[in-house]
Amino acid sequence: MDRKGTRMKKENIKVPVNRIIPFSAVDGPGNRTAVFLQGCNLDCKYCHNPETRALCIHCGACVGKCPAGALSIVQEPTDTMGAKKSRVVFDPAKCVACDTCIHTCKHDASPRIQWMNADEVLAEIQKQMPFIRGVTVSGGECMLYPEFLTELFAKCKELGLHTLIDSNGMVDFSLYPDLLAVTDGVMLDIKAFREEDHVRVTGSTNETVLQNAAFLAGEDKLYEIRTVVVRELFDPAEVIVSIAEFLRPFTDIGRLRYKLIAFRPFGVREQYQIYESPDASYMQQLRLVALQAGFKDIVII
Amino acid sequence: MRAITMDRVESTRQEILNIITSPTLTHEQKLTNLAGQADSLLEVLDLPEGLEDLLAPVEGKQCICDLFEGHAPMRPRYIVPDYEKFMKEGSKFLQLEAPKDFFEALNHLLIMYKHVPSITNYPVYVGALDKLLEPFIDEVDEATAKKFIKMFLVHVDRTVLDSFSHANLGPEETKAGRIILECEEELEQAVPNITFKYDADVTPDAYAIRAIQTALKSAKPSFANHKMFAGELTEDYVIASCYNGLRYGGGSYTLCRLILGNIAKRAENIKDFKDRVLPYVMDIQARYMDARVRFIVEDSGFFENHFLAKEGFIHREKFTAMYGLVGLAEAVNILMEKEGKNGRYGQDTEADALGVEIMEQIRAFNDNHDAPYCEATGGHYLLHAQVGIAQDVGITPGTRIPIGEEPEELIDHLKHCSLFHKYFPSGTGDIFPVEVTASKNPEYILDIIKGAFRMDLRYLSFHDKNSDVIRVTGYLVKKSELEKFKAGQRVLQNTTHLGTGAAKNGHILERKVR
Ligand code: SF4
Ligand code: SF4
Repeated sequence: MDRKGTRMKKENIKVPVNRIIPFSAVDGPGNRTAVFLQGCNLDCKYCHNPETRALCIHCGACVGKCPAGALSIVQEPTDTMGAKKSRVVFDPAKCVACDTCIHTCKHDASPRIQWMNADEVLAEIQKQMPFIRGVTVSGGECMLYPEFLTELFAKCKELGLHTLIDSNGMVDFSLYPDLLAVTDGVMLDIKAFREEDHVRVTGSTNETVLQNAAFLAGEDKLYEIRTVVVRELFDPAEVIVSIAEFLRPFTDIGRLRYKLIAFRPFGVREQYQIYESPDASYMQQLRLVALQAGFKDIVII
Repeated sequence: MRAITMDRVESTRQEILNIITSPTLTHEQKLTNLAGQADSLLEVLDLPEGLEDLLAPVEGKQCICDLFEGHAPMRPRYIVPDYEKFMKEGSKFLQLEAPKDFFEALNHLLIMYKHVPSITNYPVYVGALDKLLEPFIDEVDEATAKKFIKMFLVHVDRTVLDSFSHANLGPEETKAGRIILECEEELEQAVPNITFKYDADVTPDAYAIRAIQTALKSAKPSFANHKMFAGELTEDYVIASCYNGLRYGGGSYTLCRLILGNIAKRAENIKDFKDRVLPYVMDIQARYMDARVRFIVEDSGFFENHFLAKEGFIHREKFTAMYGLVGLAEAVNILMEKEGKNGRYGQDTEADALGVEIMEQIRAFNDNHDAPYCEATGGHYLLHAQVGIAQDVGITPGTRIPIGEEPEELIDHLKHCSLFHKYFPSGTGDIFPVEVTASKNPEYILDIIKGAFRMDLRYLSFHDKNSDVIRVTGYLVKKSELEKFKAGQRVLQNTTHLGTGAAKNGHILERKVR
């Protein structure tokens, strides 16, 4: 199939949307609508939103636990022969956002997912205009859906909106020039620098992450990098210095925003609530390390 | 002058004694309240028939409220002197030449403030401080300028004991304005209230961000839609008192308010409200205001004798008066119930549409009422969404959505505001506490302001929900001061008392955080 044919086919695809935050003060510059897609290709021990990691397998365990009757099981035909399959459906009008379902789920999923195409997501975004300056798509890992992103961002650009991708960097950005053409920047996680550290934190190597960091920096599309600070899993100071050295050939790192995020146990899966949350004075020490390494725009959270 | 009963004299005497022996009122507050008791014994106004019943201060029944203006107003409620003229010419009455340098400029203003009357006896407008000080600002180095401006602001906070007192900044960027913003961020004090006149085509983004940073720290400045106000009141407008748009060199003779919820209680249904009850009350309030205005202009002697008028710092022809209202939310909800419908104001499109219809009716009434001595505003009063007083129980300010019933999403709240702000050239406003996270991203607030003003919102206030100075309804108090007052100590600002009432009755500390 030719390239164009592929794209034709991929247009209007529906993606699982975990939630849309209409006004967000914390997902990039200014006021933005933030879209969170479901599904992730890493397994970070400190994941703060483990319920965004996987797609629902319709086991039904959460349905009876919902205090508001927002969840139900329907039988749906799977083919024309009349074979049926159970599916969990969610009624947003009834949901009281108690999160019981996500705490029940043993599959890192959520039943509160809406399958939406780019036009449907765009309609939600347009509702927020003229109060927003841009859109940020996050996850889960939103780069699992590059065709959707390309379509959505192309439409956002027509409306004059600023577009940001929030990504773990596990999908090679250089394969999607059309997407980059309509993306103003990428907020990239660099969760650890040494390969063995990255494997310890996430279960995967970081070859693609670093390749992406270099590529995006060179293309002037690296809006921000960030690292969640967990002292038990790696040496944060070493990570900061290594990233500075690594990126220096590709960009003026003084212009790059580096966000250092203190680990906090909120939302983290029980077996990983063992790590210590670094205190403010430690985070200030890291700021100095980053300054010395050549970063100037450092944000501590 | 009409006679009054001995009973009324006796109860006034008791009130006077209560004021004199009050453990919580300061000396200045006692003087103001005593003066109020004195003029409460007079009966000189030509009152419309039926007023007494509507004005009687019975909780849940009162339909018109005159906001303690007394029975024989001796000065306009709000006075907005032309401070620029004062800075250029000085004042004969005050025996002051025009200020010659930066230090004299500050000193002159502090002197003038002690001679500008108002309903509270403190000036409700202290000037466009940036424009007043900018001509002098380069005479001294920045550190000196900042030190003296800070002292000036502390002086105002401690002597102009009233958060209704209002300074203006913007829309142009000035060095004096920036220094004032920096000082206020450091001082975190309640007085003066500050409005930043914002115009996206004039105000540079970086300067607006500077103002927002101060606002998140000290709950001021608030942001006024400069284009909107200038379009209605000419460029020569100011924001005074809570958030009141008034003509420069003029002011407002009086402010009375319709208590719409209680008015709705007197109606059978929506039709009865619109055809009979509301027109009846609107007419009486208008004629009551007419009587007050006439007394001030024709009988009080204020404009003939006060130096502000004699020396041309104010002009009678630039005055107007404010036709106020509160409790649109309650009126709508009560009327919906009477129709057997359960849609509520702020949450239901039919209820909101009813709110708009009521506002259209009030606007049409006001446009048809010929107000005496209001040539400054086309011979009519200006509508005003009044911000509430501490005694209000179950009365939501102006056209606001009751606290606790705000829409889940800020966008819906803002869209609701955009339905109503346009009716009020003499002021309305909404308040949004924001999470600390927004403090790290002031552009977030700027985007909301820009969008809001494009959608015809008039006036917005923001503060960090953790900051000490919070905006109660239109004025500022410190949470720590509220605590002290509740514990029985004396506090300096008289609005802290109002704030305590509003915290208890108005649930101001429970406002939805964005
Ligand atoms: S969050 Fe919503 S769907 Fe989940 S259990 Fe609670 S009410 Fe039910
Ligand atoms: S969300 Fe989880 S618990 Fe609920 S049906 Fe899906 S997989 Fe099962």
